[in-house]
Amino acid sequence: MSKRHVSATVNGDPAEFLCDPGVTLLDALRDELGLTGSKEGCGSGDCGACSVIVDGRLVCSCLMLAAEAQGRRIETIEGLAQGGALHPLQQKFLEHAALQCGFCTPGLLVAAKALLDVNPDPSESETRYWLAGNLCRCTGYDKVIRAVMDAAADLRQERRA
Amino acid sequence: MSQLDYLAPTSAEDAASALAAGGASARVLSGGTDLLVQLRAGRLKPGLIVDLKRIPGAIGIREEDGGFVIGAATPGALIGEHKGLERAWPGVVEATCLIGSTQVQGRASMAGNLCNASPAADSVPALIAARATCVIVGPAGRRTAPVEAVAVGPGRTSLGSGEFLLEIRLPPPPPRSADAYLRSIPRTEMDIAVVGAGVNLTLDSSGVVSDARVALGAVGPTVLVAREAGEALIGARLDEAALAGLDEAARAACAPISDKRGTAEFRTKIAGVLARRAAVIAYHRAQARA
Repeated sequence: MSKRHVSATVNGDPAEFLCDPGVTLLDALRDELGLTGSKEGCGSGDCGACSVIVDGRLVCSCLMLAAEAQGRRIETIEGLAQGGALHPLQQKFLEHAALQCGFCTPGLLVAAKALLDVNPDPSESETRYWLAGNLCRCTGYDKVIRAVMDAAADLRQERRA
Repeated sequence: MSQLDYLAPTSAEDAASALAAGGASARVLSGGTDLLVQLRAGRLKPGLIVDLKRIPGAIGIREEDGGFVIGAATPGALIGEHKGLERAWPGVVEATCLIGSTQVQGRASMAGNLCNASPAADSVPALIAARATCVIVGPAGRRTAPVEAVAVGPGRTSLGSGEFLLEIRLPPPPPRSADAYLRSIPRTEMDIAVVGAGVNLTLDSSGVVSDARVALGAVGPTVLVAREAGEALIGARLDEAALAGLDEAARAACAPISDKRGTAEFRTKIAGVLARRAAVIAYHRAQARA
């Protein structure tokens, strides 16, 4: 079967690629578009390392076919920093040392951004439930949660200013 | 190795023709949270994937005559955000929202949960208790079936060649009625039900249970309708005798296996406990509506 041509919006810019029908969005992002920030941890939707936002919804890009992305709006970790300036979530992850090996970090950041997009003032409990699908085997999560709560507070301040 | 093709038809009829032409190696894609895992594990080697999401109405919830029509590919997140649906069928919504992570909720559908035919599917006991039906499209046209008629065994459905689920329909909730769903897992999130229990009950004007329906998950090869468990509640105000009758009948309905998630004995005991607790929640919800 011939390769499929897919046009989508990735991090605000039009993107086009060719893919086999069975290829996942994660593989197309990494191998066709060179966006290797999204990671493959498990490949079965359990770990969240491949998290991206599609039409405003947080999804695992390993559980979506690249062909399904036709006409969709996709946000990846590469779109988080703006013009070399880190997103407040990224900055707070550094300040709180919310990462060790870093493999889960892109997924955690994208998932946290999706949370703050819909809920600028989440409770700690809401944050923990929202991020339950992002596994980290290094940090024990505590610093991750503190970084997200701190970034949320900063972003609220920014909006008020 | 055979090649895989992908189609995203824009009408239900085109989807049925494509599935029929694809024969036994064709698979339906809604949210993909089960299908893509099975593809990757090599358990499935389909020749054709038919994506339902471009069919008008496949994603979305509409109210119809006081009931709700939920498109087959509607993700859990959308179901959880629908205030009207949550007011009418809180048990169905809470069951659906228990499935997987935020990421999985962004894609996973109730219809997929049903057609994957796992006995532990969280949304299915709640749907069965709510007397939900599904609209099935196939080469011969459309038919309607109760949700409990879809799964016939672990991973097996009663759908014929070329047939797929187009929508799930929830009836208008009767006055003074409510539903609830509870599941048991050994952690707080991200796990598969060891037992699940859905209860839907209706009160008469004096607060006595006049109708009750109980469905149990993960205690048999398919989700079970525990008819006698529902009947045990009828005619009472959910006093201890009625709850004990429910508990006993729920346990009697169980035919579980023992596996790494729990022994048959444990599952049977928990089924009675969850049925009781879900009945109490549904009863209080129904009272609050009376």
